[in-house]
Amino acid sequence: MSAETTAATGGPSAGLPPALAEIVEDFHAVSEPERLQLLLDFSRGLPALPDRYAEHPELLEPVPECQSPIFLLTEVDEDEARTVHLFFSAPAEAPTTRGFAGILAEGLDGLPAAEVLDVPGDVCSRLGLDRAVSPLRLRGMTGMLGRIQRQVRETTTA
Amino acid sequence: MTVITDPSPELAEYAHPERLVTTQWLADNLGAPGLVVVESDEDVLLYETGHVPGAVKVDWHTDLNDPVTRDYVDGAAFADLMSRKGISRDSTIVVYGDKSNWWAAYALWVFTLFGHQDVRLLDGGRAAWLAEDREVTTDVPAPERTEYPVVERQDEAIRAFVPDVLAHLGQGPLVDVRSPEEYTGERTHMPAYPEEGALRGGHIPTAVSVPWARAAAEDGRFKGRAELEKIYRDEKGITEGDDVIAYCRIGERSSHTWFVLKHLLGHDQVRNYDGSWTEWGNAVRVPIATGTEPGEAPARRS
Repeated sequence: MSAETTAATGGPSAGLPPALAEIVEDFHAVSEPERLQLLLDFSRGLPALPDRYAEHPELLEPVPECQSPIFLLTEVDEDEARTVHLFFSAPAEAPTTRGFAGILAEGLDGLPAAEVLDVPGDVCSRLGLDRAVSPLRLRGMTGMLGRIQRQVRETTTA
Repeated sequence: MTVITDPSPELAEYAHPERLVTTQWLADNLGAPGLVVVESDEDVLLYETGHVPGAVKVDWHTDLNDPVTRDYVDGAAFADLMSRKGISRDSTIVVYGDKSNWWAAYALWVFTLFGHQDVRLLDGGRAAWLAEDREVTTDVPAPERTEYPVVERQDEAIRAFVPDVLAHLGQGPLVDVRSPEEYTGERTHMPAYPEEGALRGGHIPTAVSVPWARAAAEDGRFKGRAELEKIYRDEKGITEGDDVIAYCRIGERSSHTWFVLKHLLGHDQVRNYDGSWTEWGNAVRVPIATGTEPGEAPARRS
């Protein structure tokens, strides 16, 4: 099912950029226990920081809404679309938080700034993880998205 | 069927050494008939990344809390959970987890609400097991379903509610195990933790501040009995026969302290106020003290 048809029927991936919509649909396509495994896959797939940030952790912004330490940073290219790149740092002992970061990295990295800013704030509650992960924990992911959007907004309006 | 108590000399000094096991004991007893190992973590995915061979997962949020009411699951849901995990009423349960066993202690406390007799903690938790490079696996066991009986929770003995705490003020020790900043009222949540929405900051009047981590050694294991007595008895004046209530923010860190007071120091009457600051800091017209002093018990309303 494409993002467009889902948007028309108002499903959980409605109004999301294609990569993020696909992730949401992937989560809904599997059972609840399998959703945890999928989240773990995203956790494992989170790219490591490039050297320029790995050596300068102070450049990254902490996300206190998460129960585990995570830091994030956005870059916005000077191209016409103002392409956004995302960088995350979270320890291996925090796989849930890493998983959230992995979803945002795969779903948002490389998008134009305007599309990143348009992502609805409730996207984290659309993954179908409320029962498997709990709404309280999902608030951490909402906190990450909010900080990404704020950083992008500050950069593009500066 | 219960499994033999860990005879390790380092545990013998505690009031109830049968409530703790060492990593070596657990390694030696994995697979023993009647033993079920339970992992209970803050991070809901940590178990999936690798766990003690044969261990089953119990999540504090999705398994132990009622999804609607702010309360624990009822007897039927608990019986179903235990049956699915292959636990019988007479099983020996060893719980371990991340964060120095916060959630493991919480699970142990909830299991105790249901009167499960033999439930123990792995001293040092998940971190100690991993630090010693002991075996881990991602294989999830599929235990044969048991018939755990439906037992109604007995909250009175070890769980306190707001009216209990109000009645307790001035009558016995109250222990606030949160960070110093939460105690004084500077902040309403743990440093670097999510804001969970308490409208007021401070502590319950008369509560003494003993951050939970003071009971833990550098490696996450419990401190020795003499060190624990120095903190809770000599420094804070909690003596034998006292009726004690501990609280934190949502009841998990205070489960750790509850375990210390109840099982390691042997106080008979210890209750965990699990509503803790997320309830007290939002409740209307309950007394609150701010700053570093415990504060006075308020005059009783007639």
